[in-house]
Amino acid sequence: MSTLVSHPISAADRSGIGPRRGRGSSMRTWRWSDRLLLLAAWAAGLTLCAIAAAIVLYMGYRGIQYLSPELIFSRPQASLTQAGSGGFLDPLLGTMLLTVIGVAIAAPLAICSALWIVEYGRPSWLARVVESGIEIVAGTPDIVIAFFGLAIFQLHLLSFASETAEGGGVTGRSFLAAGAMMSLIALPPIFVTVRDGLQTVPSHMREAAFALGKTRIATIRRVLLPGVRSNIATGVTLGVSRIIADTAIVIVLLGSTLRISPQPGGAPVLGVLKGLGSTLTSYIYENSPAGEGGAPQKAYAAAFVLMLFVLALNLVVERISRAQARSSGFVTAVEGIV
Amino acid sequence: MLGAVALFACLCVLAMIALVAQRAWPIFAHNGLSWLGSGGSLKAQIETMLATSAHPPASAFYFRAWPIIYGTLLITALAVLLALPLSVLSAVFIVELAPLRMRRVTVRVVRLLASVPSVVWGLIGILVLVPFFDNHIISPSERTSVEGTVQLTGAGLAPAVLVLAVMITPIMVALTCDALGAVPPAWREGAAALGVNRMRAIRAVTLRAVRPAIVAATVLATARALGEAIVISMVSGSNFFAPRPSDGLTFLFEPLRSLASTIVDYHEGTSAPALSAALYACALLLLFSAFALSVGGYLIKLPMRKYQTRG
Repeated sequence: MSTLVSHPISAADRSGIGPRRGRGSSMRTWRWSDRLLLLAAWAAGLTLCAIAAAIVLYMGYRGIQYLSPELIFSRPQASLTQAGSGGFLDPLLGTMLLTVIGVAIAAPLAICSALWIVEYGRPSWLARVVESGIEIVAGTPDIVIAFFGLAIFQLHLLSFASETAEGGGVTGRSFLAAGAMMSLIALPPIFVTVRDGLQTVPSHMREAAFALGKTRIATIRRVLLPGVRSNIATGVTLGVSRIIADTAIVIVLLGSTLRISPQPGGAPVLGVLKGLGSTLTSYIYENSPAGEGGAPQKAYAAAFVLMLFVLALNLVVERISRAQARSSGFVTAVEGIV
Repeated sequence: MLGAVALFACLCVLAMIALVAQRAWPIFAHNGLSWLGSGGSLKAQIETMLATSAHPPASAFYFRAWPIIYGTLLITALAVLLALPLSVLSAVFIVELAPLRMRRVTVRVVRLLASVPSVVWGLIGILVLVPFFDNHIISPSERTSVEGTVQLTGAGLAPAVLVLAVMITPIMVALTCDALGAVPPAWREGAAALGVNRMRAIRAVTLRAVRPAIVAATVLATARALGEAIVISMVSGSNFFAPRPSDGLTFLFEPLRSLASTIVDYHEGTSAPALSAALYACALLLLFSAFALSVGGYLIKLPMRKYQTRG
């Protein structure tokens, strides 16, 4: 702090001090480096805003230019031209199916883990291990999770979940496999938001429930879970936005078939779950110059729809956390990082 | 019962490490740890792996991954270097400088940027940024100067770094903002009472106090950048070429591959056992670096607990 003390205090400085200073103070007494820093900080903040505005406007422009109702309601066709290759009904349904599977697996797991950590958490070393385990899952790249899924669903033990090739090898690729791995992506944000919510429930609420003779489980069901309902909603929304945004898992575990192709000869619902398909993200990837399709207009249209979903989910998170009495931290709201 | 569910999450991690390591084992068995080094043409090695059938000869397992490891390090380091000043300055802007309405807008912007799907970033990169580089930035003389070794198409190091930097900025801004907000107001008031101006107080007190948080945010962002596969696969030119700094500025436009993008590009080749083992070895390397980085981030945040500030 020596730089602070040795700094001469002038009259002009005194009038312009502090984080909440008056409007009339001047910057003329500032050092050049300070002025530069101020300028740079403003520039950085405005740059971020400009990037976001550019992306939203550009995607909106391209989306309105290329999106049409028949794109949404028609199935992808195998075709060499953009005009004949159909729309993205199947990818839309695929995104929804994967989201449902992923959340159906992740939400109970994450909520139970959070309840156990906060309400029981004994032995404490085990609780710490569980927490860091979830932290590791949160930090694992999605491509690694996708390859883990490939490895685990190629085990013969789990051959029921995907197709078995003629040679006896299991492909390991199906909606079930992709959905299970998606649940790993969605689990950390749900876990973190629910855990933070439980920690803010005042302990006198629990004590009151115990004093009324409720058991622990009854307290959890009647007092705690209703109390953290909005946290669960926030967490699930964050999880959903993770799932619909993920590409690597879809590309690896659903392959590049654009149509939802149920397993031949399977039961109606199970056949779809064991079959292959696509999502909006993999549709964009396949139709961009990076994939095979080379249909950038379709990719733009699908990306526009995807951005609409993402914006809607963002709004939902904001609405919920505003309704919450004590809003959650910035980070939790952005990413759900531990 | 609840405990069993919680344990299940941990078992997943163990199973992940075990399975990925088991699949990667042939590479370690045939190459030892020297597969991390350089030697021969990586492209030829991958093609040999793809060409071999279900029972590859031992020679097919020869694998030297240095070009893609170097590519990963290069892209990650440059992206983090670019994102670091941008995000620290933006965080200072949001917490300390912006008027209230501006602050609300910027916070929303950061949230929006954080939730843009990676494939959308990639799409913009490949359809807007790459043609822009191809048509306007790369000069004909630069094109001819490296003609003999590699073709410049616009996709390469620079667009990949730019897109990746924008992708990891929101997460760094968010973490830095949280730390800045947790600096005790008394410290700032103390600086003000000593008569320094606003910017001096930010530099000498606030930013100094959150230094561990900035480092932790950088580490987290590095982990995110290391694992990013889709964007890099789309805009990096997907070429087993290691950009040569000796080419001067042209080096920024040379195509390359990272570990994660190689995995995405070749995921359909996993039926060839040798290639599958090589890809799992890359995945294992990514898994371990992500793990090491998250441990590192935790250790860096430890001193912040002392001041009761959240990291």
